Amino acid sequence: MSTLVATNKKSFGATLWDYLTTVDHKKIAIMYLIAGGFFFLVGGLEALAIRWQLVQPMNDFVSAGFYNELITMHGTTMIFLAAMPLIFAFMNAVVPLQIGARDVAFPFLNSLGFWLFLFGGIMLNVGWFTGGAADAGWTAYAPLSTTSPGEGVDYYVLGLQISGAGTLMGGINFLVTIVNMRAPGMTYMRMPLFTWTAFVASALILFAFPALTVGLFLMMFDRLFGSGFFEANMGGNAVIWQHLFWIFGHPEVYILALPAFGVFSEIISTFSKKRLFGYTAMVFATVLIGFLGFMVWAHHMFTVGMGPAANSIFAVATMAIAVPTGIKIFNWLFTLWGGSIEINTPMLWALGFIPTFTLGGMTGVMVAAASADYQFHDTYFVVAHFHYVIVGGVVFALLAGLHYWWPKMFGTILDDKLGKITFWFFFIGFHLTFFIQHFLGLMGMPRRYWTYLENQGLDLGNLVSTIGAFLMGVGTIFLLINIVKTTMKNEKVGGDPWDARTLEWAIPSPPPFYNFKQLPLVRGLDPLWVEKTEGRKGMTPAEPIGDIHMPNNSFLPFVISVGLFIAGFGFIYQKNDLSWLTLVFIGMGIALGAMLTRSVKDDIGYHIHKEDLQKEAEES
Amino acid sequence: MSEQDVLNPKHMPHNPEKATLEGKNKFIGFWFFLGGESVLFASLFGTYLALNDSTNGGKGSEELFGLELVFIMTMLLLTSSLTSVYAMYHMKNNDFKKMMVWLGITVALGLGFLCFELYEFNHYIHEYEFTMRSSAFGSAFYTLVGFHGGHVVFGLLWFISLMVRNAKRGLNLYNAPKFYIASLYWHFIDVVWVFIFTVVYLMGVL
Ligand code: HEM
Ligand SMILES: [Cu+2]
Repeated sequence: MSTLVATNKKSFGATLWDYLTTVDHKKIAIMYLIAGGFFFLVGGLEALAIRWQLVQPMNDFVSAGFYNELITMHGTTMIFLAAMPLIFAFMNAVVPLQIGARDVAFPFLNSLGFWLFLFGGIMLNVGWFTGGAADAGWTAYAPLSTTSPGEGVDYYVLGLQISGAGTLMGGINFLVTIVNMRAPGMTYMRMPLFTWTAFVASALILFAFPALTVGLFLMMFDRLFGSGFFEANMGGNAVIWQHLFWIFGHPEVYILALPAFGVFSEIISTFSKKRLFGYTAMVFATVLIGFLGFMVWAHHMFTVGMGPAANSIFAVATMAIAVPTGIKIFNWLFTLWGGSIEINTPMLWALGFIPTFTLGGMTGVMVAAASADYQFHDTYFVVAHFHYVIVGGVVFALLAGLHYWWPKMFGTILDDKLGKITFWFFFIGFHLTFFIQHFLGLMGMPRRYWTYLENQGLDLGNLVSTIGAFLMGVGTIFLLINIVKTTMKNEKVGGDPWDARTLEWAIPSPPPFYNFKQLPLVRGLDPLWVEKTEGRKGMTPAEPIGDIHMPNNSFLPFVISVGLFIAGFGFIYQKNDLSWLTLVFIGMGIALGAMLTRSVKDDIGYHIHKEDLQKEAEES
Repeated sequence: MSEQDVLNPKHMPHNPEKATLEGKNKFIGFWFFLGGESVLFASLFGTYLALNDSTNGGKGSEELFGLELVFIMTMLLLTSSLTSVYAMYHMKNNDFKKMMVWLGITVALGLGFLCFELYEFNHYIHEYEFTMRSSAFGSAFYTLVGFHGGHVVFGLLWFISLMVRNAKRGLNLYNAPKFYIASLYWHFIDVVWVFIFTVVYLMGVL
């Protein structure tokens, strides 16, 4: 590495190769953003198709079987292929910068995690083209899933297994990064809230995903190799799947929601020009929610017959989560209180989030009452509840974070007017879609049914709901226009366009590939703000300019993921014809060969030399 | 630290596995990973406990398991954990040769364990026609014990490839963390086996 400043434009091939081999957390963040964004659109189209089918009674826009595939793939895609990777996009883009690190702890694993997610996601969707996608619901309850004909559920099982492995790697990576790579002075109680929530979410990933891994393995064995875990004829027990799934599935909600809280904490404090109210309580609440998240999984199973004692315990534990969540809501309100508030697009999303999410929380307490859940269970009330939480909480946060961190990631700023148009279409559309579903549910409209009869009191509500969904679609189109327009205009902004408080804003946008030329010295919460109030422009360095150690790029993560992807097909189709096992051997051979190459080749990275850094400083 | 210092350090520190940032990251990261692995095995144990009586009219654990064999296997694996402790002891004293010898013994013991396990599975399948497809109990048994066996295979391959790769180089700050976490992994496998011994075999025959 001699020249640091890339002067001439790279060819398309070179750029592609760069992204295929990169281990830079900022580029990986962009890839997560693009891939997650793509799947978000796919999941959105599926949602629109579902809503279109329900627009009027006895509609026949799609067949019943196709409808099952649509709801299954919508839920699965949104959770695993859209929300999770988009959260990872922001964690990658922001966490190392917020703690003043030059990279994540394991850059190679970071890239491997991304490619595993992507190939797992592709695998899931291959089902559409080979005779039918998964159709047993995103929860894939046995025995519906174990007896579902065709390969749809097999794609679900293997796709999730591959992408789940990637997620686990990401979780471990962030845990170690945050524990080991904080800049001097960045104590735990000075970490920005987004980093804190990323930390707790990563811990949840670490303890939740292995349960899913096991569940998926058992299901794979049942479907593909004739074992009998969930097969009553062989003495198996289908409820085991539900336990394993929800031991993963409930914490998953917090894996998504906690970082969303982190995003809003950053935004609300930045645009109120105040430090976050009750920072310590916020941290405490985050950890407590993370912990309680593991104690409550069986509230999804009140109606399977666990008995009144178990139901009561899980009901009470569930309601306990409302306490730390309430603390958070009040702290956001107190941060706003008396602040000099600036209302722009990110802030609009944050302000819209507070009442929306509160409503979702209130219906949450309602469904947590075990006896009442017998009434709500598998009705549209539940659909309304979890979309209030997951769209009103997570998707709002993703859109807020997109506008907030776009300048840091790309060096340009999204148009505020278009951003506000997006917000209003989406926000109004959202409430039209889902508010009315509470009542549809109370009137008895079941979840996952592909149609309903006329004159049951469900016609108008469903029409309104569908109109709302399409308004959200319009909002999304404005967002896309905004992105294209901003990218075409390519007007650069400085390092700190929001006059913000945390470390990521102390360096140029987009940041140089080594992040910090000199590690910053952190002297308090909101470190950049601390320096600004003392009249300095940037951070005080904690070290003299010196050589910077960098990791090497690698093509191996891509190869490993392709290998597992190929092996996946072998596993699936060997159930029809054993000669497909050759694909298993080829694929596993590629993956294991690449792993072996990785472990026998010394890869200790390279150094950017002090002199080059100084030369660059003089040139600019 | 420059490349030269990592691959050919002038002095070996007392804890070479944690001397570099990369080493420290690996060290902590691996502990986290083992946390995840614990959940994995806990889930498998839970499943096993839920299904260990579901024999579907076939053979159950009392008729299948023999403690003599399992006792030998346990001894082999426990001893191999001890020998890997010796290996790490010599690593910390920068005595590469002795470390390799003890690792070699560890691998040999692990292979012994594996042979007995293969014999055991083979025995059940051919003598009793007890397979993964016989009953939910069979599925749970082979999955839990087989997952552990898979970990043993992986651990052995890991040790062997590390030993082959580094045979001629000696210890340095780049490979010391690798040896160290491989041995951590091995201890973990051992601990899981203790649980399998108790939950599957002891509770199965008593
Ligand atoms: C933003 C626009 C969205 C719309 C219009 C929408 C609409 C729908 C509809 C109509 C259903 C089917 C309900 C049924 O009949 O059972 C559904 C189910 C579901 N949605 Fe959404 N959704 C949206 C966003 C999301 C997001 C962002 C997520 C998660 C991150 C999500 C997760 C789910 C899940 C998990 C299900 C259950 C699927 C199943 O029953 O297997 N949705 N959604
Ligand atoms: Cu839950």
